[in-house]
Amino acid sequence: MPIPGLEIPHLCTQCPGYPCVEACPFDALLVDKNTGAVIVDRDKCTGCGKCIDACPGQIPFIHPRDGYAVICDLCGGDPECVKVCVEAGYNALITTPRSPSEIYKVYARTPQDIAKDLVSKLYGEEWEGWV
Amino acid sequence: MPYGYWGRLLEVNLSTGDVKTLQVDKRTMRKYVGGRGLGVKILWDRLGDRWEEIDPLGPDNILLILTGPLTGYYPGSRVCVAGKSPQSNGVVGSTVGGEFGVELKSAGYDGIIITGESEKPVYLWINDDEVEIRDASHLWGKEAKDTLRILTRELIDEMSKKKPLRGLCKEPSILYIGPAGERKVRIAAVAHKLTHAAGYGGYGAVMGAKKLKAIAVKGSGPLPDVADLEGFKKLLDSVCKVLIKEFRMRYWGTGWAGYTVGADTSSEPIRNWQEEWHDEARFGVSFFEKYWIKRFWGDFGCPTTCLKIAFIRSGRFKGVLTDNPDYELQAYLGTNLGIFDPEGNIYLSSRADELGLCGIQTGNVMGFAAELYQRGILTKDDIGFELKWGDVEAFAKLQEMIARREGIGDLLAEGTYRAAVKISEMKKVDVMPYAIQVKGIGVGAHGIRSGLDYTKPTAYVCSLQGGDHTSVSNLDDQNRPGEYEMILLDSIVACWFNYKKQYLYEFFKVVAGWNLTEDEWYGELAPRIAAIQRTLLLLGGPDAYWNPRIHDENPQRFYEPLPSGPKKGALVKREEIEKLKKTYYEAAGWDENGLPKPETLKRLGITELEKALERIRHRLGLT
Repeated sequence: MPIPGLEIPHLCTQCPGYPCVEACPFDALLVDKNTGAVIVDRDKCTGCGKCIDACPGQIPFIHPRDGYAVICDLCGGDPECVKVCVEAGYNALITTPRSPSEIYKVYARTPQDIAKDLVSKLYGEEWEGWV
Repeated sequence: MPYGYWGRLLEVNLSTGDVKTLQVDKRTMRKYVGGRGLGVKILWDRLGDRWEEIDPLGPDNILLILTGPLTGYYPGSRVCVAGKSPQSNGVVGSTVGGEFGVELKSAGYDGIIITGESEKPVYLWINDDEVEIRDASHLWGKEAKDTLRILTRELIDEMSKKKPLRGLCKEPSILYIGPAGERKVRIAAVAHKLTHAAGYGGYGAVMGAKKLKAIAVKGSGPLPDVADLEGFKKLLDSVCKVLIKEFRMRYWGTGWAGYTVGADTSSEPIRNWQEEWHDEARFGVSFFEKYWIKRFWGDFGCPTTCLKIAFIRSGRFKGVLTDNPDYELQAYLGTNLGIFDPEGNIYLSSRADELGLCGIQTGNVMGFAAELYQRGILTKDDIGFELKWGDVEAFAKLQEMIARREGIGDLLAEGTYRAAVKISEMKKVDVMPYAIQVKGIGVGAHGIRSGLDYTKPTAYVCSLQGGDHTSVSNLDDQNRPGEYEMILLDSIVACWFNYKKQYLYEFFKVVAGWNLTEDEWYGELAPRIAAIQRTLLLLGGPDAYWNPRIHDENPQRFYEPLPSGPKKGALVKREEIEKLKKTYYEAAGWDENGLPKPETLKRLGITELEKALERIRHRLGLT
């Protein structure tokens, strides 16, 4: 993370409008009707990286070995990460129903951007130089 | 390939710039496990023959950064730093929490061996197979947070340029030193992340002597395979479930102890151990709590999250950031200097981080200096200003002088033991009774006089790491050397706070595939590591040597009665210590002089130690 001690979740937020889906020149990205997650069609994906540029948070990445884009598919509606977090007792992640809201845009940012805002609140303005 | 390990060490020679990998065979790993155990073995093999001549701050010393079989698997990942210590002149397994060990393992190495000495400042960059020794002149002289910031940003930029489509990368793990290490201050720490440090042993000075400013590592591979994946998952789950219930550690870290260890157990150092009891409620955890801006900091999957980040937003110490401070620093940079003000304590702790000093040793040596000032042995002319108990500014100034080796700081930078020797010569007064150290290492902030703390009367006298409070030589309930437990933790390189005995041996089975039992550990593996470490400690040199009959001893102060508190008058008796020491030697398989017995060596299969022991006997006049 850009600033030590400031761990920022960096996950697909399924933003309204789906800029990554729009940007894909090969129609390799689809939206799951039930969950709203972005599904990558591995046969069509060429790993060009257009979705990464289009994403406001630069969240997708190219799989280091297989060379296709990786985007959170919400595990078909029952995310494993939430399960382990609850199991471990942290309860930092929870599943919520999807609602039409602009709030998605709050999280659809790069960690650097989020960190910039957070660091001045936490450590004061002089720490902004860290980002 | 063995499970849990790669069996591969990285060797870097800074003099020639050579980089190579070494294979370590399975049998050595099984015998010495990793971390402190493996470090002791490597040092013995390479330097054992001429240990006394090796200058810890010279080019011949070897710096080791080692992981263990359970690093990254057992919750609470740490990494072990070892080498010939500039404090004890033996080996100290100094561990530091954080992701360094995990990154190193995912880069494909179990450890790093650093030899030689660079001419100009360098840092080491390890990215999987790519290992580079790079120029660090832009980092040299920088304080901790600047070093970390510049290096982190530089390396992140470089990595994202190289692999633009791999996503934003998490920062590499960096071990680094501050200005204190660069000046070979013997009480300098090897720092990691913002506030973590491997303090005991003084390996910051070793890195500084090698002109190695930092080691940065980023691994992209997986951790090594485990023997039984399903079993491992289950076990990890159950141990995490137990650990998450440790409410006190989770909420307050060790910060709660700054008040309770003083008030309840009477074992907190106050004004250089002149007292061990206080009832200052304003030093309670709730007064620290209000400075915490981040409460649950866990390193790599650690459920205990004992680290808190304290930050002062206003007032004369505005903008200061440090960890909790944890108990040791609350005691050593607080009560031990007569400071009972949380803000002052946070400030001193933060400066220690920035300068790259070990907070415990610095507090110890500053307390020592302040007592000499109190007794009129050191005067205002010697120090340059008044050094009164509780004066935060004065101690901050002294800390700065130590880290930069200015004025009296140059003397104190040698650590408590060496400073005491020099001041005794200079002032023609024996100041050793005021030096609260064992074998060159300042005693950790857990006194033995009240008998209520975990440290027993022999806690420091027979310890392989002097005054190290994380390696104490208690006799346990079965009269076995309690230090074997500490060797275990330092060798698997996991955190003491996460130590759950009932799960640990199971972990060996599922991760490394070993049937290691407690009997085997206490009967064979630990005694072997302890015997080698003890031999190296007693070999010592070149500037300080230990005689077990003189130096296997508590600081003088622990024989004086406690002057205050519910345990007023409590003390340890010399005769009792003598008796317990004999029992301890017996239990460890050492003879009446504290040297490993020939039959012990034979049983453990390390008869090659005989030659070194002969040298020690010769020096002590025992032959």
